[in-house]
Amino acid sequence: MKKIEAIIKPFKLEDVKDAFSEIGIEGMTVSEVKGFGRQKGHTEIYRGSEYTVDFLPKIKIEVVVNDDTAAAAKEAVTKAAATGKIGDGKVFVLPVEEAVRIRTNETGEAAV
Amino acid sequence: MGLYLMPAIAGIAQDEGPSEDDIAYKEEYEAMVAEHGFHAYAFDFFVTSMLWTCIAAGLVFIMHLGFATLETGLTRSKNTVNILFKNVFIISAGLLTYAFWGFNSHYPGDSWVIPGFLAFGSPIGDLNADGAATLGYGGISLAMTGFGDFIFQAMFAATAATIVSGAVAERINLKGFLIYSIILVGIGYPWAGSWHWGGGFLSQLGGGDSAFYDFAGSSAVHAFGGYAALAAVLVLGPRRGKYVDGKLRPIPGHSMPLATIGVFLLFLGWFGFNGGSVLSAEPAALGLVFTTTTLAACAGAITAILASWIMIKKPDLSMALNGILAGLVGITAGADSVSVMGSIIIGAIAGVLVVVSILFFDKIKIDDPVGAISVHGVCGNWGTIAVGIFGGAPFMSQVIGTVSFSAFAFALSLILALILKAMGLWRVSEEEEDTGLDIAEHGQEAYPDFVKSSGH
Repeated sequence: MKKIEAIIKPFKLEDVKDAFSEIGIEGMTVSEVKGFGRQKGHTEIYRGSEYTVDFLPKIKIEVVVNDDTAAAAKEAVTKAAATGKIGDGKVFVLPVEEAVRIRTNETGEAAV
Repeated sequence: MGLYLMPAIAGIAQDEGPSEDDIAYKEEYEAMVAEHGFHAYAFDFFVTSMLWTCIAAGLVFIMHLGFATLETGLTRSKNTVNILFKNVFIISAGLLTYAFWGFNSHYPGDSWVIPGFLAFGSPIGDLNADGAATLGYGGISLAMTGFGDFIFQAMFAATAATIVSGAVAERINLKGFLIYSIILVGIGYPWAGSWHWGGGFLSQLGGGDSAFYDFAGSSAVHAFGGYAALAAVLVLGPRRGKYVDGKLRPIPGHSMPLATIGVFLLFLGWFGFNGGSVLSAEPAALGLVFTTTTLAACAGAITAILASWIMIKKPDLSMALNGILAGLVGITAGADSVSVMGSIIIGAIAGVLVVVSILFFDKIKIDDPVGAISVHGVCGNWGTIAVGIFGGAPFMSQVIGTVSFSAFAFALSLILALILKAMGLWRVSEEEEDTGLDIAEHGQEAYPDFVKSSGH
């Protein structure tokens, strides 16, 4: 099992969700997060004074998939979240040791 | 006919002709016609005017909701409960102090302690007694009952402290502010107000020939609140984090929708503030006042937008909102005495003035989170003087009047703030300020289910 963790631009969430559905991924966890990478922050103006906002709003998507779906999932999110401009985000793929479906106690790939 | 016969049928009482009330009404009506040469609508006029006064009082009350949401929107979420709490307290305490002391100190009649300058207050009594519930109370120019007069003026009183509340937000000690606002609203406001509306020295300038004129309170209410706020902020100092190493770091408000709702509510309430100040429902005056009030507000918004776009390169919403308020404060002194063109010019100048003034106060490190000193103080001065330019009031009297209100409010507020500071009741600790006054002062959060955004 692999965990796909993707940090993307907020307005790309729908596209990524659709791309996941197309390859049969049935669930995901989404959180609103803030952060910055090479994009750094941006400047805003309030009552005539500029100030820098370092932490930009992003969306973090987490899905755990079977080993043979992982590559396709990585592909899907990379393609769907891309705008080609700075700040598009990152995708991480992590190994997952164990998974349990709490309701049925199923474990392993049957649980994801 | 049916109703007329009913007592007889029921066997209760024989009809004995017109009742005492009917006779009193007829006599009053005939006296009115005799005195004013007034036509048959005199009583209707009185009733309509009284009704309008009560509606206007309700509209001025709504302004306190406007102040509450405006202040909340332009400050950080961690101080929201504190700001709402202060606003709830001020309106409640302000109306009570006005009943127990303020009204009779504001309108002393002949009972001055120092003639034309100071009158003591006393609790109001039965304001329906002694003919105060008839047109005879104030005639055509004050077409309302004694209670109508009281409740309309009482709604104004709390405004002065509400103005200060916005300027001192996010760092003021709660207990200190409650004491401060009771004295400012309960004693200070009616004291200064008596100089003009109570028949005091400002209404006697030049033997009454060159009397000061402030229709609904550009000076008596707004400049008073604005300059009290200035003194309060000078003693208080800026919020932590606003000036770092001598450089200005803006602290954005947490809800522009709330701030916008607040300004629109204030705009709505101003129809009562200015419209009610006609003190009757006289059609010609009421229509003019509504028109000048509206146009000045709109002109203020447009020029503030242009000024902010040119001076700070962006169309700033908070400046546009303050432009509306600047226009409203500006027109308040002359809403009944300037032309349509005059009202637009007054509002337009106020809109530019407020932008320049907010940037100026930010620069000299006077931290006013909502811009109250600029909106109410500076534009209050401008509006008052403008009546001397566009409204035919004696120019020098306008200057003397607005300086009197501003200086008195500044001095009283300075003394109160310094005393409370010496007592350790003026500013919260640095730790409390960082935590936010909601938790530090009230142990309560405004948005307990929200994840807080970054920032201090």
